[in-house]
Formats: sequence, structure tokens, C-alpha cells
Amino acid sequence: MNWIHSAPHIATPKGTVAAIKKALGKDLVAVEEAHGEVALHVKRDKLIGVMMQLRDTCDYQQLMEIAGVDWPDRDPRFEVVYCLLSVTKNHRIRVHVATNEDVPVPSVTDIWPVAGWLEREVFDMYGVTFAGNEDLRRILTDYGFVGHPQRKDFPLTGYVELRYSEEEKRVKYEAVELAQDFRSFDFMSPWEGADYVLPGDEKGAGK
Amino acid sequence: MSLQKDLAPTTGDEVIQNYTINFGPQHPAAHGVLRLVMELDGEIVERLDPHIGLLHRGTEKLIEHKTYLQALPYFDRLDYASPLAMEHSYVLAIEKLLNIDVPLRAQYLRVLFAEMTRISNHLLNLAHHALDVGAMTPGLWLYEAREDCMVFFERASGARMHTAWFRPGGVHQDVPLKLLTDIGEWLDDRLPRLFEDGMALVVDNRIFKQRNVDIAIVSKEDALKWGFSGPMIRGAGIPWDLRKSQPYDVYDRMEFDIPVGTRGDCYDRFMVRVEEVRQSIRIMKQCLQQMPEGPVASDDRKVVPPKRAEMKQSMEALIHHFKLYTEGFKVPEGSVYVATESPKGEFGVYLVSDGSNKPLSLQNPSHGVQPFAGDGFQEPGHMLADTTAIIGALDIVFGECDR
Repeated sequence: MNWIHSAPHIATPKGTVAAIKKALGKDLVAVEEAHGEVALHVKRDKLIGVMMQLRDTCDYQQLMEIAGVDWPDRDPRFEVVYCLLSVTKNHRIRVHVATNEDVPVPSVTDIWPVAGWLEREVFDMYGVTFAGNEDLRRILTDYGFVGHPQRKDFPLTGYVELRYSEEEKRVKYEAVELAQDFRSFDFMSPWEGADYVLPGDEKGAGK
Repeated sequence: MSLQKDLAPTTGDEVIQNYTINFGPQHPAAHGVLRLVMELDGEIVERLDPHIGLLHRGTEKLIEHKTYLQALPYFDRLDYASPLAMEHSYVLAIEKLLNIDVPLRAQYLRVLFAEMTRISNHLLNLAHHALDVGAMTPGLWLYEAREDCMVFFERASGARMHTAWFRPGGVHQDVPLKLLTDIGEWLDDRLPRLFEDGMALVVDNRIFKQRNVDIAIVSKEDALKWGFSGPMIRGAGIPWDLRKSQPYDVYDRMEFDIPVGTRGDCYDRFMVRVEEVRQSIRIMKQCLQQMPEGPVASDDRKVVPPKRAEMKQSMEALIHHFKLYTEGFKVPEGSVYVATESPKGEFGVYLVSDGSNKPLSLQNPSHGVQPFAGDGFQEPGHMLADTTAIIGALDIVFGECDR
């Protein structure tokens, strides 16, 4: 495919994917190359070994981010994405691991200490646990927060709101009360997006 | 927090205790709402537990419920000291998934204003870093120049801070010629004068050096391990700049140097930022010299809305306008990680699209967190008063740290 956008073009050096495949062997489930980026899907229980290989053999020295993605329809439901950067090869790869809410992912804090905080964030937002992270506290949400807000089944408004109560002279948590429900419009084009019967078109659907 | 008894060693009759204090959440030198739980042994920080998240607004969650264009202004509110740099990563991520061409003039305008954002961000940080260690006067000069930047932003976009000016496919509106000539004059005269005056007060100042030199030294190995980027990694002596190594827009046409530190201490990080301001001036001048005439946004009408004048004449334009501002545009399925060199370091956007008009998931790894997570290792062993210098040199803004 011909790239005409002006986002950073990161050329994958020749032989990179082959070298990674060789280094990881059977731990590598799939390699996905799309949009000029390389994504590796690896086995969850082999993550530590894979990351050690990638850092030491393949020269991906930096862990820039751990992202979570919630796919409610998939099993396992969550995807944890590690964005690695090589400052010597000038290349980025992503490592994808799939997991469930009750299956912990091995922590990479021993490889990259920065992972401690990044894993805390994924734990806080998605409820994915990391085995071996000794400091797995919530990081972004409030003290005493319940739930994992980035999950797709967590409502946008949350469950509690807080205000300062003049009568009680303290901050109070109360259940969210909305004057109007959150309005979620369906803007998908009826000509291409809708997979339901259009309002007013009920008779037409039978044809 | 209450006084905590620790091991309580005794010397003679006196009982010495380590005690735990709160630095923040409301502290003028904490650069926002930051709470540091510090265990002090006298004046030495023994252990440190930073609590972030007090400014968490759920940006990523909100964005999942918005169309791509509606999500854009949230990025201004991440790092509110460098709003355009935040937008830059986001629009590039969308453009990468869409694979659309951006006209050259728009690319130059983006680089021009991204560099102005860098200048205004660094002016803010340098002023505050100096202020945090006791030098108040440089800030008076630097804020003058920062105010000029704000005025330029306003003249380009209509807003001083939350500009929402970079759009997928280009920029929202073209700038008037007078704005460009005014920026040129400002770069030639007023900015260097104010900036160099302000910096002359601190860079060679003995007290300033005593407060910063050899404070929080970061080795190259640590900088890599802790995922540092931007001035933090350059301060540690690694010449790594995404504008050079992974150029986007027209950065590959620009000539500029990357300053690096030699010792990796707070003073180096400060000086790296000082030099970056000068380099940004160079880049902006080149932009002004080279910028061609032409359109400022892609003519792909499935992504970029038409101008109002066109809508008065063309039915097609009217339909496009309506569709783009209700349904929005659809982005092909896939996921990308796009990172740009924001003033504070690598600002990446991990964007997952399911092919609809809303992002399925969006994560913006905050470049504040990585060095800040590292704060826990930098800080122990330093004096309480060094805390402010260390935080100042981290250049942290909680809008994007907490999201």
C-alpha cells in the first residue's frame, strides 16, 4: 500500500520480523503488519521470556506504554498492549497479550521498572491484574473508588458523584442523579451502517 | 497525615523519629494537584510515594463516546500548557489510519505552531522551575513572551489555549499574512530579547546552580529503563528526538540541532530546554521562509468539511457538511500507535478503530507518568528542598498525567 499521510513513517528494517520470529519461536502466536506497524501477539504465560528476548536480543530498550483494550464480545475479553521502542534501530513494535478479568498477566516490572505504574493504570482502568507487581494499587481514580471505568460495561457517567454538603460540612458521595439521561445517538448512515429495521420502514423490511 | 512513629532510634535521651508528611495536594511548587507522601529523616527524603490522579477526568472514556472530530478538543485539555502538541499526535493518528494526504501549507502551519507551542511550554516551565528554586524575576520576562504566544494562538484559531485548530486533514483555517509577518518580527526581536534577558539572570547564577547541579542525576541506563523521552532523555545524554528520528509533517525539511546534557542532573534538563527554545526559533523561521501558498486542509470531502462560502453554492457541500458534523467520518478498522515529540517528551496516541465513526478505544500514554514514576527512584536521598527543583525539571502537567 502506498502511504501518503504525514504521520511518522517508521520503516521496518529488513529482516526485523524474521529475527523476532526466530528469537521468540513458539511463544509467538501471530504477527500482524498493518498501517506500517508491527504487532506481535504472544502467549500470556510466556510474556516475561518474550520481553526479555525483545529487550536483550532484539534491542527494544524502552517500554513506552501499556495500553488496555476491552473487547466485550471476545473471549478472553481484554487485550493488554505493550508499546516498545528501540532507540538504536529507530523502530517501534507492539506486543499484544489477551487476558480475562480473573487471569493475571505476568508483570514486567523486573524488566522495566516503569511498568509498575503503567500496570497500575491498566489495573485501575480495566481491572486486569498483574502477577508480580507488588504495588498494584489504584492510580488515577479516587481513593475508595469501586469499579473499573474503562470497561465497556461501565457507564460514562459513573455511579457516584460527590459534592460539598453545607449542612454536614463535609464532602459527600451520592448516587448519580441526572436531569436527563445520557443521549446516545445513532448516527450511522441507514444506507450502510444500520443492521436494524429503520423506524417507519417496518413494512419495507418484510419484502 | 499524622505523625507516624518509625523505628525511633535514640541518641542519649533524645528520640529521633522518621516522620511522614504530605507535599500537596495543594502546593504551589507541585505544578498542579499532586500529593507526595514523603518519609523524612530530618530533612532527607527517605521514601516517597507520589499519588497522582487527583485531576483524572476520564478523558479516554469520554472520547470513546464521541465522534473523531468531537474528541479533538479533549486533547487541548490534556497538557494544557502545550495544547497544540497534544492535538498533533491525535490528528496524525487519524490521518495514518485514513491514509490521507495533507497539503504542504497545512504541514508547515502545523510545524510552525507546534514549535510555538514548544516555546510557550518551555517558557512556562523555565519560569516555574526558576521560581520553584527561588528566582522569581525570570518569570516576569518569560510570561511576557508567553503572553505573545497566546495572542498568536488567538489570532490563528480564536482561542488562547484550547485552540482545536489542528484538524484531521490539515488545520481548521488559514492564517492571515499579517499574523505570519508579526510572528517573524517577534522571532527576530522581541522573543530573543525577553528570553535571553530572563535566562541571563539564572543560567550562570551561583544560587541557581547550587540548587540544581548534581540534583537527581539520571544515568543513560535509568533513562531507558524508566521510559524517559523528550528533554528528560536528552538531559541524560541520549540524543533522541522524534522530530529527527521519526519525522512527521515537514520536520524532515527543517534544520535544527538537538541539545543533550552531560551529567543528567536538573541543571542539564533546564539547559536542554533553554537550548530547545532557541532551536524552535530556528525552525519557526525556516517555516516562515519556506511556507508555500495553497490549501490548508485536504480536499477529501469525506473527512474535511467544506467552507461555509462553498455551502451557499453547492448542494453537495451542504450534504457533506451536515454528514460530517452529525455522523462524522468513519475511520478504517485497525490500530495505530503514533507518537510525536511534544515539548514534554514523546506523546503517543494508541488508537483502536472498529471502522465506525467513534474510536473503539483510545489511550494516550502520558509522557508525564514515565519520568514521574521514576521520581520515586530519583528522589530518595535528596533534601526536602530539592523536591521542588526535581519536580520543576520533570516539567509535569497534571492535565495529561492524570487524563
